[in-house]
Amino acid sequence: MSLLEISNLSKRFGGVVAVDSCSLSVPAGSVTGLIGPNGSGKTTVFNLVTGFLPRDGGDVRFKSRSIADLGPDRIYGLGIGRTFQLARIFPRLTALENMLVPVRRAGLRALLSHGQWGHEKARAMEMLEFMDISRVAGTLGGALSYGQRKLLELAAVMMARPELVLLDEPAGGVNPALLERIAQHIRQLNGQGVTFLLVEHNMNFVMNLCHQVVVLHQGRVIAAGSPAAVRENPAVLDAYLGA
Amino acid sequence: MSRTVGLKALGLAMLGVVALLVPVIAPDPATTNVAVFTMMYIGLATAWNIMGGYTGYISLGHAAFFGFGAYSFGLLLNHLGMAPGYGPFFLVPLAGVFAALLAVGIGWVALRTRAATFVIVTIAFMFMLQLLAENLVKVTGGGAGLSLPYPHDWGGDFFNTPYYYAMLALAVLALVVSWWIRRSKFGLGLLAIRDDEDKALAVGVPTRAFKLTAFMISAALVGMIGAVYGYYVTFIYPQFVIDPLIGISMVLMVFLGGLGTLSGPVLGALLLEPAQLQFAYHFGASRLYLVLYSAIFLVVILLMPRGIVPSVVDLWHRRRSGSAAGPTPPAHGAGNAIKAASP
Repeated sequence: MSLLEISNLSKRFGGVVAVDSCSLSVPAGSVTGLIGPNGSGKTTVFNLVTGFLPRDGGDVRFKSRSIADLGPDRIYGLGIGRTFQLARIFPRLTALENMLVPVRRAGLRALLSHGQWGHEKARAMEMLEFMDISRVAGTLGGALSYGQRKLLELAAVMMARPELVLLDEPAGGVNPALLERIAQHIRQLNGQGVTFLLVEHNMNFVMNLCHQVVVLHQGRVIAAGSPAAVRENPAVLDAYLGA
Repeated sequence: MSRTVGLKALGLAMLGVVALLVPVIAPDPATTNVAVFTMMYIGLATAWNIMGGYTGYISLGHAAFFGFGAYSFGLLLNHLGMAPGYGPFFLVPLAGVFAALLAVGIGWVALRTRAATFVIVTIAFMFMLQLLAENLVKVTGGGAGLSLPYPHDWGGDFFNTPYYYAMLALAVLALVVSWWIRRSKFGLGLLAIRDDEDKALAVGVPTRAFKLTAFMISAALVGMIGAVYGYYVTFIYPQFVIDPLIGISMVLMVFLGGLGTLSGPVLGALLLEPAQLQFAYHFGASRLYLVLYSAIFLVVILLMPRGIVPSVVDLWHRRRSGSAAGPTPPAHGAGNAIKAASP
């Protein structure tokens, strides 16, 4: 069963077609890789799915419900979390406060909730421990290393227990040891039922982690299937090698 | 109760007692007049900080809410024909409601912009309101001003006292609201907006609703203070209540004391407003006081660009840890709230 269904999604920036009738589906419980050469429209697809950009055409359905016209905060509330290409955290908040920003807050209750964190703080510490960064809970985000920021960003996204997480280049700019830790965390979270859609350039990372891979080229899906099948696909080789 | 919390509570209690006793200790009108304006700016700077300090949206047009509060209060008072005295103070919350409603209208437009554009849009709205106040002669009295009833019973040394306590009450209200917000989930959402608005959206913070709510709360407090000011001066002119200098002064005080902190705006107002009044008194004829006022601000900005409170706190932490490390970004967040709420 598909958790996320993208059909004929299109986006233009002036005369440039960034996403061209893109259709793909993300099965529930899977780790799906979205790959493609630079400029193929991967991040634009992420921005369209998460409501950061308005679409020009097509539809995005999450659990069979259209989310194409919703804003990013509503989409997050429905259970879709995302990370950014360059790890983005709140630099002047501590790591623990970074974890508490994503907690669900409804209308006036947020205004009237005077320091009532309770179980949310416990869950935040649990997630920081899970990512092995609990020792920096009181450190300001701006003072963390890039690797710690990557882990903190992923941990914070998990705070509202999203069903689907979109990871934009989780392996970008991290050393091999941390890369393996990130892969392990993704596997563990996936084992707990979280579905992942990730954009990544590191092919080893994608091939070892993903259950299925979708290849984008010039805004269009040119191949989809198991990592092994995609690796052998001549259209994919052409797109990457520019043949 | 820890020693630090105990000391803080004692310090606050002492400050409270001193604030309450000002008209008793120094009842002469010259001193209480300075006290009224100082308390007014503590309230204004604290209220402005709820929007500008917590969300990072720098509004230079808050004088619009100040003036709108003064005008709404004055018009209400005149239309109701209420006798001067203590009664009109009960109309002050209504002026806050009107200012909040104005903030919904202005915020609906202005909060679609960010950074420098937001600053310019708020200034534009302020001048629009000033022009309206000057030209809607039948409503506002135009350039001739709007006259308010004068409480003749309050003569001599006593005249300033009710206004002082009204300003004190509003300053305390602004501080309590600011403290409450800073320790709430709403407040943490505002601080997240200040740090990275798109990221805040991505993790579910309804940024537009949060910004508008903060803008309304800030405007309501400023509007109420404007109402008491109008009643105090008893004559409302467009260029004196919708005055860019009032809007800029509250911002300068927050920057001087420490943007996004609770005590920074209080300190900024306590330092700047009496100094400004003294300068105006001694050098007012030559307008030299404005140059002196600016010079002090420039010195502080050059030496402590983050404001006094964050700089001093940082210095204190470095002294205690004996670290030679450079300054760290200020933790303006709800860290203390989280500690306080820990099971």
